[in-house]
Formats: sequence, structure tokens, C-alpha cells
Amino acid sequence: MTEAAPRLVARDRPDLILGDHGLCPGCGEPLALRILLEVLEELDIVRRSVGVVGHGCYGSFVQIMDVEVLQCLHGRAPSCATGIKRVRPGTVVFTMQGDGDMVNEGLQEVLHTAARGENVTCVLLNNGVFGDTGGHQTATTVVGQRTKTSLDGRDPETHGYPIPLAELVASLAGVCYVARGAVSSAGGVARTKRMLRSAFEHQLAGDGFGLVEILTMCPTGWFVPAGSGPQYLTSSLEAAYPLGELPLRGQP
Amino acid sequence: MTAATARQLHDGCAAITESAIAAGCRFFAGYPISPFTGLLENMSRRLPEAGGHCLNAESEIEAVNMALGASAAGARAATGSCGQGLALMQEAIAELALNELPLVIFNMARNQQDYFQATRGGGWGDYRTLTLAPKDVPEAVEHTQLLFHLADRYRAPVMLYGDPLIAQTHVSVDVAARDFGPLPAKDWALDGSSGGTGHSRQIWTWAMGKATEPGPGPDGHWRAVAAKFDEIAGTEARSETYRADDAETLVVAFGSAALFVEHVVDELRADGHRVGLFRPVTLWPFPGDDLAAATRNASRVLVFELNAGQMLDDVRQFTHDRGAVRFIGGVSIHASGLSFGPLLDVGPIRERILEAAA
Repeated sequence: MTEAAPRLVARDRPDLILGDHGLCPGCGEPLALRILLEVLEELDIVRRSVGVVGHGCYGSFVQIMDVEVLQCLHGRAPSCATGIKRVRPGTVVFTMQGDGDMVNEGLQEVLHTAARGENVTCVLLNNGVFGDTGGHQTATTVVGQRTKTSLDGRDPETHGYPIPLAELVASLAGVCYVARGAVSSAGGVARTKRMLRSAFEHQLAGDGFGLVEILTMCPTGWFVPAGSGPQYLTSSLEAAYPLGELPLRGQP
Repeated sequence: MTAATARQLHDGCAAITESAIAAGCRFFAGYPISPFTGLLENMSRRLPEAGGHCLNAESEIEAVNMALGASAAGARAATGSCGQGLALMQEAIAELALNELPLVIFNMARNQQDYFQATRGGGWGDYRTLTLAPKDVPEAVEHTQLLFHLADRYRAPVMLYGDPLIAQTHVSVDVAARDFGPLPAKDWALDGSSGGTGHSRQIWTWAMGKATEPGPGPDGHWRAVAAKFDEIAGTEARSETYRADDAETLVVAFGSAALFVEHVVDELRADGHRVGLFRPVTLWPFPGDDLAAATRNASRVLVFELNAGQMLDDVRQFTHDRGAVRFIGGVSIHASGLSFGPLLDVGPIRERILEAAA
């Protein structure tokens, strides 16, 4: 019997995705989930990974991701991740949180977890709105952006300014890796996947806290046609939140 | 069988710390608030020595969520606070009840004004918090170990209701590990190992499961959780009576207050008064059946607690003749705000019992 030649098989999704997502057409969050799970597979860390998932549209991913999951309270994922990582240091622990979860409800958690240098990876899915509730203003809604609670656009006089989370985290000692990507183009997806891979590699090396902020499309919450999501992302969020790996405190 | 240790002189916080470590507690997170602070100090010193972790959390909210995470990963974990800090933790306590994670919460309270938030389930949803209220340090040591057992047995948050006297009194205690019997394996705990199998573990309050293996969902899961708390209510109520058999006047008190009442009962008995004590050891489940039985022949049921009448609701609910119930406690706070006021003393308690019994 001759050994079969290796076959390349095209797959429409990673093995770790157990079913279809139920999110809106044009949503960027399923793209982020896919590349996250692909990275876990490629680094061969699926059997030691624990995800801590917050509350937002992406919360429904716990039903389709074949990774161990603690679905936690809104905003508290970095604290829960801390507890898991401390008592099981051999696990690879990541959080999945939206901007409402991480930057509104859980800003304190993520900043303190970063400053403790906790050896976990936090993933922020930033679309600048509370998508799950139907498009309301979050702490990352950019100036001028229309939401259901800022109908005439975010006005700093009334609503204040958005919080650039990645820059805040990058300013703290204890942080080993911070990057911001976007899943609004094929190239952006590939670059964001490399960022996720770098962040997990840092965790595996025990380097400290890592954050990957991923700008994701939310055409429903932005009140634009599904196909216009990437373009809107580029002109609004990306203009306010520059992409790339961020310089860290004390590093050039 | 575990090895006995020698009796040692500890204050309550140190004794509880040693007892928690003997019970296998390896994770603690807290935020300072008097008189809980002493427990945090002891944990921060002793847990690392025992191979565990103690984190200085940025708030009570993070403390309880860190402990929740450690528990989700299978560790025996604990946190604590009191009063306002405990109020901040209630969201997570509800979450622990509903996603079925064990946790021990040390409420080193300033007084007895936390009764409602200890026993009612201060967060949302259909649950209660199993709460043990020791009367002194030796009992707090025993309760600490029992609580870790009960938390694991029922996969639920449980609470120790302490106070400043228990926190700060130095007592010679035996902190040897106690064996409360076998427990089910924590096969639900997260360690990553089931990832990629198609059956990866999931801890989720809504219990909706995976697309390929749907769970019971919130309706089915929360019914099951409520049924579990019904079971706990039926099996875990604990109480103690003191000179109550022929008592015409039965005083109901918990925690350190019961210790004072016990002394007053002895004094009044010496003077010929037929007075006794009923002490709920579990505040929830409230030992209602025991109280109904104990009050069957009493003509007066006096509730003494250091608040405006919180346990009073439970006593009225279960006393054989609720018309016999009188409240003789009250709010009494030390000038510092951090401890009991002058009402917690033999003289005032004796006076109030005699006045009500006249």
C-alpha cells in the first residue's frame, strides 16, 4: 500500500467552528472569530485554551466555538481571565469583548489587568456602537458618528470624546504587546490574524499582558447598507483609531 | 484522615485564613474594608506560602470576578468584604449562583445590617445565598471548612457572616483539616483540554450549549437552579437552642449577638426567669421548622439583632404564634461606624428582655 499524497482541502470554515453564526449580514465579528480560532489551531494550543467571553453580539459565538469558554458578566472578562490564568498557568487564556463590554462597562478591569502584567490576551472587537442593543453610543463611538442615542452624531459638547483603548493600554508598564487591526479588507484580515498570532506567542512566552483591538463592521448599528460597512469603517473608525502595532511604554 | 495540628493562638482573621488553607483554598482576591481587611492581610501573607495566590483587586467587583474565574478553573477560591463592598459583589454572587460555580465569601461585617443582602440573594434571579453565622472564632474556623465543602457540593456561592468581634478576638483554636465526606469530581472545571473535541466545556449562566449540543437554555437551567436552592432549603438549615426547653421567653439572636444573649440567659435563669435562646446557625436557609418547634410553648419570642429588624421578617414567618413576636434589637453603631454600638452588651440586652417579659 502506497502512502497517499497529502491533499489540500479547501474548507469554508475552521474545524473549531461548530455551526453558522446568527449575526447580521456584513458584520465583522465572525471574521474576527474565525482568525482567532485559526491562530489557536495553527499554534496548536486549542487543547489548552480557555476563552472568557463578554456580552454583545459576539456572545453568541460561545455556541459555535469549539473551545472551552467561560461566559462572564459584562465587562468583567479580564478579571475572570486573571483568576483562571493564576490557578492554571499552563492554560492559554484570552478574552473576547466588544467596545461596550471592554471600554464602557469594563474599562477598569482591562486597565488594571494590563498594569498587573497579567499573562493573558485580551481581544477587543471595536465597532463603535452597542450593536446588540441596536446601535447605541459607546465609549469608542467616534466624533460625528450617528447612533440611536446620538442621533445628530456624537458631539463632544454633549457626549464627550471617544476613548482610544489600545493607546491607553500601551501606556502601561506590564504590557508586552498591543496592536490594532481591522477586518474590513482581505489584507486587513491577514494583518489582524498576524497580530493575534503575535499576541498569543507573547502569552506563550510568558511576556505579560497583550491586547489586540480589532475594528469590526456593524452596518446595522451604523445604519448603512451591509456592503458599505468596510468603506464606512475606513472613513470613520479607522480615521480615529490608526492601525498597526503600538509602541509600548519604554520601548521605541 | 488528615494530620492534626496543635492548637494555636490566632485572631479571628488569622484563624479563618489557616482554616481556609487547611480546606484547600488556594485563591483569594479582596479589597480592603474594615474589619474584613485583617483577613485580606492574612491571606496575602499566608496563601503564597501555601502555594496559592492572593490578589489585591482594584475593587470588590474585580475581587469577586477574579475568584469566579479561579473557581471556574477548578480551584477552591474565596473572596470577602462587608457592607458596601458586599453590595458591589452582588451582581457576581448572582452570576455564581446561576452559572453554578462554588465560591466562599467571607462577609466580615461591621454589624448585623448585612442580613438582608446576605440571605435574600442581593443580585437578580432566583437564588439564595447559603450563609453560616458563627457565634465565635472556633465556630468560624469550623464553618470556614464546612463552607468550602458546601460550595463544592452544591456548586454555589456560600457566605460566612462574621463581624468585628470574630475578626479581632484572639482565641486558641484547632485549625486541622476536617473531613465532611466525598464530593463529586469537578469534571466541569475549565482547563482547555476539551477544546476541539466537539464537546468543549462551557460555563454559561444561560446554559444554551453548543450548536451541536444544545443546552437546556435559560428557562430549563434557571428552573433547575431554583430547584437546587429548594433542595438546599430543605437539607441545610442549622440551628441551636440554649436552655429553651421550658422557656416562657425565647430570644432569637445570631452571630456574636447570640453569644451575649447566651450569657444573659444564664444570668436571668439564675434569677428564676424562664428564658432561653434560639440561634439560627444558617441565616439562609433560615431554620424555620426548628423555630416553629422551639416556639410552640413560648409565650414570648423576642428578636435581638443589631439592625432595625431584618431577621425579624424570618422569625415572624416561622414562629408558631407570630403574635408572640417582639423586636428588642435596633440599630447600634460604634462612633467610628465600623463596629457594634453600646446595645451589644449584657446590661442593655438584660434590660430589654426583662422589659419585654414584664
